[in-house]
Amino acid sequence: MIGIEHYLVVSSILFVMGVLGIFLNRKNIIIILMAIELILLAVNINLVAFSVFLGDMVGQVFAMFVLTVAAGEAAIGLAILVIYFRGRGTIAVDDVNQMKG
Amino acid sequence: MNYALWFQLASPEIVLSIAGLLLLLIAAWSSDKSARLVSILTVAAFFGALALSLNFLLADGYAEGADAFYGQYRMDRFAALSKVLIFLSAIACVIVAPKFFARDGMMRAEYPILILFASVGMGLMVSAVDLLTLYIGLELQSLAAYVLASFLRSDDRSAEAGLKYFVLGALASGILLFGMSLLYGFTGTTSFIGIQTAFSDGVSTGALFGVVFVLSGLAFKISAVPFHMWTPDVYEGAPTPVTTFFATAPKVAALALTMRVAIEAFGGQQSVWQQIVIFVAMASILLGGVAAIGQTNIKRLLAYSSINNVGFMLIGLACGTPEGASAMMTYLIIYVAMTLGSFICVLDLNDREGRPVEDIPKLAGLSRTRPGLAAALAVFMFSLAGIPPLFGFWGKFVVFDAAVAAGLIPLAALGIAASVIGAFYYLKVIKVMYFDEPADVIAPSDSTARLALIAVSALFVSPLGYFATLALSPITEDAARALFWAA
Repeated sequence: MIGIEHYLVVSSILFVMGVLGIFLNRKNIIIILMAIELILLAVNINLVAFSVFLGDMVGQVFAMFVLTVAAGEAAIGLAILVIYFRGRGTIAVDDVNQMKG
Repeated sequence: MNYALWFQLASPEIVLSIAGLLLLLIAAWSSDKSARLVSILTVAAFFGALALSLNFLLADGYAEGADAFYGQYRMDRFAALSKVLIFLSAIACVIVAPKFFARDGMMRAEYPILILFASVGMGLMVSAVDLLTLYIGLELQSLAAYVLASFLRSDDRSAEAGLKYFVLGALASGILLFGMSLLYGFTGTTSFIGIQTAFSDGVSTGALFGVVFVLSGLAFKISAVPFHMWTPDVYEGAPTPVTTFFATAPKVAALALTMRVAIEAFGGQQSVWQQIVIFVAMASILLGGVAAIGQTNIKRLLAYSSINNVGFMLIGLACGTPEGASAMMTYLIIYVAMTLGSFICVLDLNDREGRPVEDIPKLAGLSRTRPGLAAALAVFMFSLAGIPPLFGFWGKFVVFDAAVAAGLIPLAALGIAASVIGAFYYLKVIKVMYFDEPADVIAPSDSTARLALIAVSALFVSPLGYFATLALSPITEDAARALFWAA
């Protein structure tokens, strides 16, 4: 029988993978965008699982809002990435270092 | 259900949203020539929303506030006061922008509209009494802010600032959201009052994780240590009018939101979050003071100064008392005036070709070439350092007073010690301006609007500001009381 704990374990693993994807990734900014999506998906699994478990609709409504915002966020992220690439000609994470201190 | 009342309560945001949509159409149909018209109409819409918020703040009958939209939204004096501050700083940021962007031919109609939508998000944030409203408001503000940070498309630093802000901001939203999902799962509700009721008989481990995640996400948005690393880079890279905006309005909104979450949602279990807030406050004050010392870029210096100031404001929250909350609001009002003033002074620092000057050594001898500007900047720096005759001292004084009254004497002592360290770098700027040989780089001002705004802010933080405390203290006390009304 699959219980709420199993969903929580899966979502926690996805969340940690997303966070590590942002910090350990040294190659490509697109991978960071994917890691951000992973975090939001982990949250959605959590919300829907809790919603079913509690017999309460709010969690599923919340998940719809999160999906919508995630789409907007991805669009803005890619747009900023395009501007950045036009100026610098690279999207490697190690090259994002104009400002330091 | 009373839709008429609900729409009336949410009227500031409704006015701004409708204005934003209409202006977007104007901007889409006419080319960039409409930038000036759109800016003027934006300021008009902001004044409308400001008047509506002031009505809620000052009229009788809203003392304890009212809920709208099935417990998603609340208008009370606390929200109204925060909105007044947010709209005032947004107006200033729209007014100072055209001159700055005109040099690169980048003054586009989207700038005031993005500020407008970010302000709608901030209005929702300070009125949120449910995790859902909180999230939507926060994202509306953040998404507009990411675009604003990279607004100067041709400038590498602006694009990099936007990218950094986006990646770290999205991470913070993710952390916040994960915490909210845990809170929802372990308390069975998303409303602040519901969470408070669920917490009244203890906090489960899962919910405790939720509290920590939510506070971490919010700490990022107010740029408190240890989630501050984006602040100096974004403040330096973003166009200066946008930096002015970031340092004032979103900071007010995020701090007000943090207060409401901590006091209303987690209010029953103060011991759970108090330690976190005390740690974050101490770390912000110390790091903001020490790391600023080596900076040579004035925008970077002001970024560390804002980290430092957030630490002082969090002392007020750490008290967890109405006096602490009132002190925090007082500090916030003064902080907005000081920060607006100092950033507009930075905007006025241009060389003879009209390029912005950000290096502190180039300000040498400013007191002889631009005595008025140097005096105003000196007033803001002395005030930020909290040196007595100026109004900045009053903010620090009320916060420490509340901390001592709440028994947090070690925290207050540390704060006072750290503000002495912080005074060093503010005084260094003044020393460069007044005692160094003139570098003679800075050209005379070309904008009376900027000078007028600098003069108004300087008057407010000057000793004359103490007259304002007579009017301000009943307002901040009312706001704090509204916050504790539900708690």
